[in-house]
Amino acid sequence: MTLTLSHYLVLGALLFSISVIGIFLNRRNLIILLMAIELMLLAVNLNFVAFSHFLGDAAGQVFVFFILTVAAAESAIGLAILVVLFRALATINVEDLDTLKG
Amino acid sequence: MFEALVFYAFAAILLVAGLRVITARNPVHAAMFLVLSFFTAAAIWLLLRAEFLAIALLLVYVGAVMVLFLFVVMMLDINIERLREGFWKNLPLAVVVGGIMMAEMAAVLAGRYFGVAPRPRPLPADYSNTKELGRLIYTDYAFAFEVAAVILLVAIIAAIALTLRQRKDRQRQDPSQQVRVRREDRVQLVAMAPEKDR
Repeated sequence: MTLTLSHYLVLGALLFSISVIGIFLNRRNLIILLMAIELMLLAVNLNFVAFSHFLGDAAGQVFVFFILTVAAAESAIGLAILVVLFRALATINVEDLDTLKG
Repeated sequence: MFEALVFYAFAAILLVAGLRVITARNPVHAAMFLVLSFFTAAAIWLLLRAEFLAIALLLVYVGAVMVLFLFVVMMLDINIERLREGFWKNLPLAVVVGGIMMAEMAAVLAGRYFGVAPRPRPLPADYSNTKELGRLIYTDYAFAFEVAAVILLVAIIAAIALTLRQRKDRQRQDPSQQVRVRREDRVQLVAMAPEKDR
């Protein structure tokens, strides 16, 4: 029983599917939606690291580095928007955010 | 063999923590389970010999981003009951979509093509993951690295600018108005008759 690339890729796929299901289930709660996006990015990063290890090319890890950077920036700005939103409307329920009538 | 056991143990913890993130009733619990899943993912990255990234994940995510999440969750006074309304209503659709995605990805990834991917070469004894990453970042990916730095700067400024709140009762000086003031606006000469002594 040796570990192959498939093991890591399937684990990443499972994690990604879990976060997709989470987005469906928590479609009203903006905070949990942000957390599910973080989980998705983690699954993608797991794939990058696994490929980098099994192909013996460190470039994949550099990409993970950049994804981590962008994800940190994204969550910081997302949470700032969330705080401003809560200050203005006193809610984070996605269904109350219908001002644009979209 | 031992490595496979460690992998399965960590994979199980990771998946359970991920499931609890999306089903936890309390957002604080969800954040704590997200911390657990990041921690476990870092352990799996260690299995893949990505030491620097594993530590970076812990420092950046568990140390900074999740603390930010917890701060925001605790700052907001949210009505969880209203947010949980109809939580399980979407479960069938979610399971169908997630299941199809999972089946598609598994059909591709668990096939024999990825199973026989080239075995990782044994690393030399003096190999340093951090040194290798640093070499790549500062040579081949120097421009992308600078762009990442700019993105972080933009994120800092945007986050501060978004949440900055001006107090309405605050007194402040406007230097441009102070400089532009003219004598006529401030001094008024009034001609009046001299008063007589009694």
